[in-house]
Amino acid sequence: MAGTAVLGRLTWQVAEVVDVVTETPRVKTIVFDVPGWAGHRAGQHVDVRLTAEDGYQAQRSYSIASAPNGTRVELTVERLDDGEVSLYLTDELRPGDQIELRGPVGGYFVWEPSQGGPLLLVAGGSGVVPLMAMVRARAAAGSHADTRLVLSSRSWENVIYRDELERLEGGGLRVVHTLTRSQPADWTGYARRIDAEMLAEIGPEPSEEPRGYVCGPTPFVEAVAEALVQLGHDPRTIRTERFGATGG
Amino acid sequence: MDELMLDGNAVAGLLQEVFAVEMTTATGLCGGCGATNAIGALHVFRGAGVVLRCPHCDNALMKIVTDSGRVWIALSGMKTVELHA
Repeated sequence: MAGTAVLGRLTWQVAEVVDVVTETPRVKTIVFDVPGWAGHRAGQHVDVRLTAEDGYQAQRSYSIASAPNGTRVELTVERLDDGEVSLYLTDELRPGDQIELRGPVGGYFVWEPSQGGPLLLVAGGSGVVPLMAMVRARAAAGSHADTRLVLSSRSWENVIYRDELERLEGGGLRVVHTLTRSQPADWTGYARRIDAEMLAEIGPEPSEEPRGYVCGPTPFVEAVAEALVQLGHDPRTIRTERFGATGG
Repeated sequence: MDELMLDGNAVAGLLQEVFAVEMTTATGLCGGCGATNAIGALHVFRGAGVVLRCPHCDNALMKIVTDSGRVWIALSGMKTVELHA
């Protein structure tokens, strides 16, 4: 398919690993340099393709974690115990290694600073990745758009981008954590799954017409989207992105 | 609810490969219930190929099967697709 004249717009490119950052015990960020990268918008994806020595190929789609920044592209990947691609990306890749990727792709689950706010970003676990791209793009653009990020994690140790989010908070960005399985001894924040009551407390009100972006596993996305509609948010203002156990 | 379900965002690359334009922001009119949805919001199931279903009525709107060098596309469940420039 790729490489023919008509379909030449989406071609596989070689990406070189420049850094690997441990985010949590199960999650790593891989920083790539992609020569000729044409830039991307927050929320877009890339397809990653791995080719084994015998020619077997495996392909997955990953959200881009970084704000547009030259030829640098960051992917944050959760290690799935039975994931043939995620295991390779999180366990095997070292600086200097090369993989193939193509993109950016997608345009539905995308936000640009010029669109403004208010923004309501709701993430379950590694669903925070495309939302982090939005938070970073917002910061890079010097935007003060009212932005509330609600992040559901199993425990404090499992919060992805924890320190960076703490640094970015303020100036219109509010970050709210809920820890669903275990909490630090002095924890005073939310300690349950995201529900309508929590979302009502955090806001913004439906009358403020926030742009909603919800990303996480399918059951999480369904529950949050349902709660937002129940609170009176217009379904057309809520965009969702699901990732499933097939992620691998 | 199916935990293995994804949505149209996950197949943005495949769709762009097939249609040569960004497709997740296109809207499709379901031939079953008449709902219009962004392709990015369709429910996606992967098996031997990819099936995109209407999130309202589960009607199969689009089926895509790829093989090395070949691709089969069935659009039988979708009345129209509207592309946005």
